[in-house]
Amino acid sequence: MSRATEGKATFARGIHPPEEKQFAAERPIEVFPTPAQVLIPVVQHLGSPCEVVVTKKQEVTIGEKVGEATGFISSPVHASIDGKVAKEGVTTLPNGRHVTVIPIKASEEQSLAGRALYDDVFGGEWPTEGLDRFAPEEISKAALEAGVVGLGGAAFPSHVKLARNEETPIEYLLINGCECEPYLTADYRVMVEAPEAVITGTLLAQHATGAREVIIGVEDNKPQAIAALEKAAAGTGVRVQALTTKYPQGAERQLSTALVGREVPTLGLPLHVGIVVHNVGTVAAVARAVLRGKALTHRVITVTGAGIREPKNLLVPIGTSYGELIEYCGGLTDDAARVVAGGPMMGFTAGSLEAPVTKGTSGITVLTHADVRKAAETACVRCGRCVDACPLHLVPTRIALASRAGNEEVARRFHLQACVECGCCAYVCPASIPLVQLIRVGKIMLNA
Amino acid sequence: MAEQENTHPNEEGAPEKVEPAAEKPEKVEPAAEIPAPAEPAAEKPVQAEPAVEKPARTEAAEKPAKAEPAAKKAAEAEEVAEIIRGNIVAPSPHLSDTSVTTVGMMRDVIIGLVPVLLVSLLVFGWYTVIQVGLCVIAALVAESLFTRMRGKPNQIADLSAIITGIILGLSIPWSAPWYIPVIGSVIAIGLGKSVFGGLGNNIFNPAMVGRAFVMLSFAREMGAGAYLKAGEAVQIISQATPLTAAKEAAGDLPQLWPLFVGSHNGSLGETSALACLIGGLYLCWRRSASWEIPASVVGSVIIFSGLADLIGLTELTVLQHLFSGALLFGAFFIATDPVTSPLSPKGKMWFGIGIGFFVVLIRVFSGYPEGVMFAVLLMNAAVPLINQWTIPRPVGGPVPEKA
Repeated sequence: MSRATEGKATFARGIHPPEEKQFAAERPIEVFPTPAQVLIPVVQHLGSPCEVVVTKKQEVTIGEKVGEATGFISSPVHASIDGKVAKEGVTTLPNGRHVTVIPIKASEEQSLAGRALYDDVFGGEWPTEGLDRFAPEEISKAALEAGVVGLGGAAFPSHVKLARNEETPIEYLLINGCECEPYLTADYRVMVEAPEAVITGTLLAQHATGAREVIIGVEDNKPQAIAALEKAAAGTGVRVQALTTKYPQGAERQLSTALVGREVPTLGLPLHVGIVVHNVGTVAAVARAVLRGKALTHRVITVTGAGIREPKNLLVPIGTSYGELIEYCGGLTDDAARVVAGGPMMGFTAGSLEAPVTKGTSGITVLTHADVRKAAETACVRCGRCVDACPLHLVPTRIALASRAGNEEVARRFHLQACVECGCCAYVCPASIPLVQLIRVGKIMLNA
Repeated sequence: MAEQENTHPNEEGAPEKVEPAAEKPEKVEPAAEIPAPAEPAAEKPVQAEPAVEKPARTEAAEKPAKAEPAAKKAAEAEEVAEIIRGNIVAPSPHLSDTSVTTVGMMRDVIIGLVPVLLVSLLVFGWYTVIQVGLCVIAALVAESLFTRMRGKPNQIADLSAIITGIILGLSIPWSAPWYIPVIGSVIAIGLGKSVFGGLGNNIFNPAMVGRAFVMLSFAREMGAGAYLKAGEAVQIISQATPLTAAKEAAGDLPQLWPLFVGSHNGSLGETSALACLIGGLYLCWRRSASWEIPASVVGSVIIFSGLADLIGLTELTVLQHLFSGALLFGAFFIATDPVTSPLSPKGKMWFGIGIGFFVVLIRVFSGYPEGVMFAVLLMNAAVPLINQWTIPRPVGGPVPEKA
């Protein structure tokens, strides 16, 4: 196992929530049978919404563009099944946004399904040589055309991060295989089952960004993934670095500190210190886009938690509803209490099971009453545990209580805007104060 | 809206976020208005979940409803309340570390005080029971009374009043007449805590506020003479306290072993350095007290008393300073009160250094043989400033000033 360049393979503070990976870690990726309908949201990414370019009753095939990117920070959306476009609708995503959706009703025959679909996405040859025959602009363009966005959850359009930068040349390309959220195992399965795709995508990303060094960071609770990646990376110059399992190691600030010892400036980007971070799933999608010309139409989602009867890792068409996925996994248990889009630390609760899965949905975590049980809120005794836990060295209690009191000045003084809402503070608070939610309210107060 | 199968309303004992919002409607309402106008189709993803932490908003939405849609609105509101009660929709994070609670931390403090209480019982016998008992009872009664006067629900179950009572009881002399512990406790709770708004809001350590009050009001009963009584059945009380003896009869210096173990006179809790260490280190290990505070108090006492010793300002050695008086008791149990100490590690360090400095200063230069109480109160007053001056630097630097 290679050593980190200048980082210490970990970061200061943070928390150790129970990992709970055992629900789905050893379930190989299953192809979800094509649903009867998918709803393709026109905005599934950070940036401007897409413009719909199909009409009602139009027949579309898998990978056909149904929404065009608008502006630089945007990403097109594609049909994820063969079928017929229906009238545009509106849906509410778990994060509260109302978005326009393009429904597509599935045709009887699907060109890609089952094992063939899996092989199309993950199987086949993934070369590690001769990738520099693609010009960097070609790689970025292919990613844009394919609608590749960050699959780690932020869904930032990847083509923006696959370009060279004149002002601050990119020294390090960091690939995030940490998956630090409890319960989620989608990235893990991708690393174990398709490590070659990950490595090919990594090399393409390196060529596109001109990065001098490439490191894949994986938490040390995933030894199989580390071994698989190291094997696939042999001879390519790509290093795999094991990191201490701690939440939130997968956050880009903590990843930069752990792998290369650099601090990403507050409110800035890793780019400002010569770093670009991509998720393992994202680079695999980049490889598929560049080498096979295929759009991002499917992604791996972990349906997991004690509240689901049969946890699974599924390869799912974008736009499938949460309810169908849950049903496919045996349905909810009797004590299921909360359906979370993503992981339990930062995920949004799904208010409706009809919400569609988007490119940024990494998992559906179903928590039970016992999991989410929280005592009633009591007074803050300034014990300082939140200060000890915050990976950004903030003072969450001051920020949160100032936000509650509407005190903008104090909130600013304690660096409210630096908070990334990772949830470490609320996790440890002995008084059960909803610190993160109060900080969110504070941010709205500052922007209002 | 929600098509959830198999979601049940929550069982008993899980009022979740409904309770606190009901208690503080005036605080919740303004915050509830802020996310309401957030545009769903805005460029920035809107993070605020609709009405999750704030069921009071549901009621506010109900009130202006007109007659006919009133029934419909009521049904909708009931559905939302049901969702919140049933845990279905809530903001992240959805997990919490339930092993650590405020009550649990208080319990740890009481456990940490047990060695000190035991030694006190051994040395002072019945007197300990009376003084500590009176203080605790008076503190509980005072807190119940004052919270009722403030219109708040009774919170003695959070154990903080008991701790105040024990600490105050352990810091007064065995001979103090009954009205001293009673008045001390009432002042401690009333002026030291309730008047600021209850647990979490006070600036000064409540037990020390109570003790300062009775010390200054009843100087004779609390002064050096109160500790000594020749011919008493409890043998130890026939000797002067070590620090008093050192101050008055220069040359009569305390032996280290009695200081360490506790077989000498003093206030009820301060006598055994060993017991304080055991209990205090337990607290630090459990992280119910921040280790930075006792560490910096002890460290700075070593430095400042060492300096004083070198310059010749004091007769006592560093170790004698450390083990005598209420220093260790203060360092581990009084100074570490989280409400009245700084939030950041660096702040705690400065807090401890300040306490050590004032303890030595008072012992050396003032008429008082013992300085822990005043040192703590002085540094408590400085805590808000310390917090301002030691705001930790965020990883990645402070938030940049926008041009």
